[in-house]
Amino acid sequence: MNWITNYVRPRINSIFSRREVPENLWQKCDGCGTMLFHRELSDNLKVCTSCGHHMGITPRDRFKGLFDGGIFTEVEVPEPVTDPLKFKDQKKYPDRMKSAQKSTGEKEAMLVATGEIGRTPIVAAAQDFSFMGGSMGMYVGNAIIAAAEKAVELGRPLVLFSAAGGARMQEGILSLMQMPRTTVAIQMLKEADLPYIVVLTHPTTGGVTASYAMLGDVQIAEPNALICFAGPRVIEQTIREKLPEGFQRAEYLLDHGMLDRVTPRTEMRDELITITRMLLGLSPAIQGDLPAPDADETTAPDTAEDQTAENTETEADVK
Amino acid sequence: MTQYLDFEKPLAEIEGKAEELRALARANEEMDVADEAAALDTKAAQLLEDLYKDLTPWRKCQVARHPERPHCRDYIDALFTEYTPLAGDRNFADDHAVMGGLARFNDQPVMVIGHEKGSDTKSRIERNFGMARPEGYRKAIRLMQMADKFGLPVVTLVDTPGAYPGKGAEERGQSEAIARATEACLQIRVPLISVVIGEGGSGGAVAFATANRVAMLEHSIYSVISPEGCASILWKDAEKMREAAEALRLTAQNLKELGVADTIIPEPKGGAHRDRPETIAAVGAAIETLLKELDGKDGDALVQDRRKKFLDMGSKGLAA
Repeated sequence: MNWITNYVRPRINSIFSRREVPENLWQKCDGCGTMLFHRELSDNLKVCTSCGHHMGITPRDRFKGLFDGGIFTEVEVPEPVTDPLKFKDQKKYPDRMKSAQKSTGEKEAMLVATGEIGRTPIVAAAQDFSFMGGSMGMYVGNAIIAAAEKAVELGRPLVLFSAAGGARMQEGILSLMQMPRTTVAIQMLKEADLPYIVVLTHPTTGGVTASYAMLGDVQIAEPNALICFAGPRVIEQTIREKLPEGFQRAEYLLDHGMLDRVTPRTEMRDELITITRMLLGLSPAIQGDLPAPDADETTAPDTAEDQTAENTETEADVK
Repeated sequence: MTQYLDFEKPLAEIEGKAEELRALARANEEMDVADEAAALDTKAAQLLEDLYKDLTPWRKCQVARHPERPHCRDYIDALFTEYTPLAGDRNFADDHAVMGGLARFNDQPVMVIGHEKGSDTKSRIERNFGMARPEGYRKAIRLMQMADKFGLPVVTLVDTPGAYPGKGAEERGQSEAIARATEACLQIRVPLISVVIGEGGSGGAVAFATANRVAMLEHSIYSVISPEGCASILWKDAEKMREAAEALRLTAQNLKELGVADTIIPEPKGGAHRDRPETIAAVGAAIETLLKELDGKDGDALVQDRRKKFLDMGSKGLAA
């Protein structure tokens, strides 16, 4: 028996497992279970082509689909103190950071960029749920402040894509203090009369929802995104009753007056163009595909110089 | 009769013995127990001092949540005159977890707002244990804006386990209400000072404590998440709250070091609940000092002061 279980079975298993497709070529939809080819899926912005289920998307992929020609310039975010509390749970915080950086290839949980959408210059910030649950710590706070400052400096609207489990516990009270800090950033935008548009994506919860993610001039959500302050499990434990179907999902919030719109990701870009252009008093966007802007064309005619592109990313650079 | 916390058990025994002796003496006049009882008292006092000298973060949480600790209502009754409660958010309801209204502090008219946990079963239920719903935050926004309009300083007293996690609260926009309250704190052009008198529970506390000056009672806490909640997420075991309390750096002393709290108000030996009048007086003195510090600053300066305070926050971590 031992010979069979220890030697023969692994051999047989290995033959079969070898026949499985490399996992990065096909992805199973969490919604309907359809196997989706990776190229088709990423062309459709990680939205299932069969059932319309919205999967997680990294800020880089999102920006690639959002900005004209996939071109954007990263905005540098001031580095905060690392591990300010010397936090240790079962793992040390710096170790958790390192493994998150390794698995995502990103420095932190938010990416800020400038670029154009439908030839409308904007600043965009996107939160990365795959990086420690997108949690809001000092860096995310700094990123939002940097994004707001950039928007004010260039006189552009800010579009923010939120996705987070909440505050980053490993930064304790300092993560909580990002609620007032980011609120200050949003006030800077308001004082400059610049549009601030929030796109809430799955999931946006906790302290993030209770600060910058709920303070937009226009609040849009992706379909079926979980958006809440206290999560459904916490509420069920507190009130000891089953929650209604679709509770705290985007459509539910829309019904309860908490959102302006629920818009599929594939239509988001057009909608953002339409809204920002109207809020800025610009003419309607030209429909159809525009040629990618040249690198030196990314500056709006009436805004300051923005050509110090330290980090211009093109589609080819981005994996 | 004092309610003892679990770590005060040895103290309870000694104080209990002293009490017993005295009771015996009262029953039997020939007995002379004065010396013995006094010795026990000294011993108890010493033990109390030792216990509270260096409270662990978790024990501080327990003291901060002590049911006999003075609550918002006690401070308003003792420190303010002509308190005139103002109710309602003008939209949905009046939230009893948040109390607030016009009052005079040293004859100066102010707006006072705070979380009230309640002091017995009935009032605790009525006050929802100090856990506010959106209406509470919206009432606070309304009162802050009124204070702003009439140039009245705002004093907030923070004592909440957190915002209420309920179905209705979520449906009516708990997160939006908290975000707007934080925004209101940052916008008002009048002095805003905040005292954490017990528990500063997460977003529910931030909504009131985004202030020009934040004072904390010596054994109060202020945290992004309760130690129990943190333990159940990071340790996958809610019983690890002692470790979580340690790691979260939620004590007034830690927060002062991090620049979140500006001042620490000393508590009587054995915690606020052992001498409520003394605690309340100390809080009153702190409010007076802080209001004086902001006296004469104009609206712009106050708004800028608040902004700078929060933008700079966290630029340095803990020393060690």
